[in-house]
Amino acid sequence: MPPAPRHLLKDATAIAGIGQTALAKHLDPSETELAATAVTAALGDAGIAPSEVDALCSYTMEATDEVELARNVGTGDITFFGQVGYGGGAGCGVVGLAAMAVATGQARVAVAWRSRKRGSGPRPWTRPIAAPGDVPMRWTRPTGLLRPVDEVAMLTRRYMHEFGATRNHLANVALACRLHANRNPGAVMYDRPLTRDEYLAARWISEPLCLYDNCLETDGALAVVVVAAERARDCPQRPAYIHAFAQGLPRQSQTMTNYFCEDPLRGPSWTAAQLLWDRADVSPADVKVAQIYDAFTPLVLMSLEGYGFCKRGEGAAFTEGGNIALGGTLPVNTSGGGLSEAYVHGFNLITEGVRQIRGTSTSQVDGADVCLVTSGEGVPTSALLLRS
Amino acid sequence: MATDERGMLIPVIDDENAGFWEGTAAGELRVQRCTRCERLRFPPRPMCPWCHSCHRQFVTVSGNGAIWSFVVAHPPLLPAYAALAPYNVVVVTLDEDPALRMVSNLVTRPGGPVNEVDPATIRIGEHVRAVFDPPNGAGIAMLRWMREAPVTGS
Ligand SMILES: [Zn+2]
Repeated sequence: MPPAPRHLLKDATAIAGIGQTALAKHLDPSETELAATAVTAALGDAGIAPSEVDALCSYTMEATDEVELARNVGTGDITFFGQVGYGGGAGCGVVGLAAMAVATGQARVAVAWRSRKRGSGPRPWTRPIAAPGDVPMRWTRPTGLLRPVDEVAMLTRRYMHEFGATRNHLANVALACRLHANRNPGAVMYDRPLTRDEYLAARWISEPLCLYDNCLETDGALAVVVVAAERARDCPQRPAYIHAFAQGLPRQSQTMTNYFCEDPLRGPSWTAAQLLWDRADVSPADVKVAQIYDAFTPLVLMSLEGYGFCKRGEGAAFTEGGNIALGGTLPVNTSGGGLSEAYVHGFNLITEGVRQIRGTSTSQVDGADVCLVTSGEGVPTSALLLRS
Repeated sequence: MATDERGMLIPVIDDENAGFWEGTAAGELRVQRCTRCERLRFPPRPMCPWCHSCHRQFVTVSGNGAIWSFVVAHPPLLPAYAALAPYNVVVVTLDEDPALRMVSNLVTRPGGPVNEVDPATIRIGEHVRAVFDPPNGAGIAMLRWMREAPVTGS
């Protein structure tokens, strides 16, 4: 038997359509209505009829299941459906699942989406937890490590201790995202500038993290349409080819409370990055823009290291001198990201990655022919390399 | 996760981790040990990831360790926790194994509140030892950490 092709997925598929609802602190429609609205908008963008959709990919945390989505949108017969777990780690994985379904011939038109009313709904950590999947929390939550921000703050303190990072480095991330949001009329924080002084004077949430180290709480939905590369070339929009895709769950790691292993600061990004760059024709030096998951500012520093833009421990220094803002060597989260555009479990990072490849971002990076998009660091994660 | 009479979350105890909580009630820190390769592991789980044996037992460890990291939590928090804020939570690396860590609060005395240590005095690397609260209404004795020696003026 001949060996399996090593690069089955490379450039075989493309994102042909993106769609979204408004993104706001509060929206009236239900999560299902928002999901259906975003999906039909993405199909409209791709010039593909809903009746052609035959694959549905979503987050395990998605409230609208495939049956409900299909009955609202009016899809055709669905031949592939699947979900990816771990919340913010899932986004690129959901799109990767869609790409694999199309590349392997299990479907022709795959839709991936995320709809969430995190702005209107209760904070997840206020709900009782007792599911088997919550095993790690049993060892932390009773002590008062209650929220995701506490769990990440614990890693952040250690990161700052080991590598000399400061709050000013975390501020670099918050300010770059806000700067980009101030250029994006669709961003929740479009008309709200942020200064370094305001950042440094903000109230604590979980020391060493303050208010502006935390993402927004947003209602909204976003979707993408994935088709074969040759089909994408016939669609109205410039294709964003899915050049490479990877997931990452490091050995002996724990989700969110990743303290119970030898090297907690070598997180899921490092694992995903190995496969991603191995499968790609490009290296980090070729990437001119990135959308890096930013539920909390320190995750960006850790991801910059994990994905190889700098050496271990140098993520903080990498952000100095405006390096991750528009005009720097690697503008990050050019729509404002989860910190300042909207927090929809990172799916807005994927649609912004597509806009960079199309050349239509409100903070367009010149010559952005490759864009890295990542999902949550600190949880089992995923990443995409999009290219023109 | 249920709460106790004060509104604090109660750890979920099951067949796998019961040995840990039997230990805290007896005033001892216990972790799982693989009876084949003798490696310690925490949190508890059925299989040893290094030798794949399911033979396991709880053993008592020294309870000595060092602070690996810590946070100071501020509201918004669940009401019972907000009432104590700002309070610390620390991750401690046990002396027995650098990959063996546990999470709890630094207190000034056994049974003391979790907000009695001045957060500004907490340092990564500080040596600490395990202490145990008196059992709560649910009969569970929480693990906490105490400094090995009293803090002198800085
Ligand atoms: Zn073993």
